[in-house]
Amino acid sequence: MSSVATSLQHHFADFKQQKETAVLGMWSFLIQEVMFFGGLFLTYVVYRSQYPGAFALASAQLNVNLGGANTIVLICSSLTMAMAVHAASKGNRAGMAGWLLLTIMFGSIFLGVKVFEYKEKWDHGLIPGIQDFGLKFDHEGVPRPTGFALYFALYFAMTGLHAVHMIIGIPLLLNLAINGLRGKYGPHYYTPVEMTGLYWHFVDIVWIFLFPLLYLIGAHVGAH
Amino acid sequence: MSAPTHHTKAVVAHTHPEAADHEHHGPTVKMYIAIFLALCVLTIVTVVTAKIDFAHVLNNQAMGDLASNVVALGIACTKATLVILFFMHVKYENKLVGLAVVASVIWLSFLLLITTSDYMTRVTDWHLFTK
Repeated sequence: MSSVATSLQHHFADFKQQKETAVLGMWSFLIQEVMFFGGLFLTYVVYRSQYPGAFALASAQLNVNLGGANTIVLICSSLTMAMAVHAASKGNRAGMAGWLLLTIMFGSIFLGVKVFEYKEKWDHGLIPGIQDFGLKFDHEGVPRPTGFALYFALYFAMTGLHAVHMIIGIPLLLNLAINGLRGKYGPHYYTPVEMTGLYWHFVDIVWIFLFPLLYLIGAHVGAH
Repeated sequence: MSAPTHHTKAVVAHTHPEAADHEHHGPTVKMYIAIFLALCVLTIVTVVTAKIDFAHVLNNQAMGDLASNVVALGIACTKATLVILFFMHVKYENKLVGLAVVASVIWLSFLLLITTSDYMTRVTDWHLFTK
């Protein structure tokens, strides 16, 4: 029995049907993820509309260039992920593993930059409930406006949940690279690669919205 | 048994050009790189436009805030659409997948619009309106 023959589950008529089922199932999961993140985005919208000035001021504490560079890093990881799926569909095992390792590398760079940014927030006392002197007063002793601390609570909740998704994604990618090199996937069956790709791209889309909503709303505040 | 065999052959002969046609219209490396470049350019555009104080340019705080949000979210939605259609292959999947994606967007808009319409129409002096 070849590995391709065994990878067709008995309850599917053919590979096409099996793949279509997997794609729709994965999208159902991702739509559930939209609901998961949607609650946080809703909280953000409600509180930002209540405290627009405090949110812009708090957002100006973030490093726009670092966040922008990290956005490009994540887009690079999406490209390499798409290339890995493409290589898998052509039956190119080494190419697929290579692109997956590049995706892991870009994902790790993103998380490394995030750790650096969180460390900066710690140093400035911007962590709600843990290290929060900077959430009460600025360095000149002026009290922070209402809603300033709320922004940082949302910043950590949203970027934290996003980072958790990436931390889950990286071992999945590593697993694919190893299985790929062992010859578990071929041009007729690479569904796990494609499904993990959908997950990775989804995490990229979440960041595409987090970046302007968290980093850019205070970008013109610093100009004054 | 000759009739079913003949039938199968006819089906294969009929579907083969379609399969080749599908292959031809599938995602290509060139297209992935074009999407990647578009995403990078849009990221730079959103950073540059965020540094513009639209309230100052339009001489109106409310309109300026609206313009900033429309530009930033418009660019983010464009980027997300490119990723969904091309990197996530929704353009090449059957229509059911597209329907599922559209349904999630509609669901999210219900969540956001109905809740914000509640908050925006709340009044603190509601007791004046009773009795």
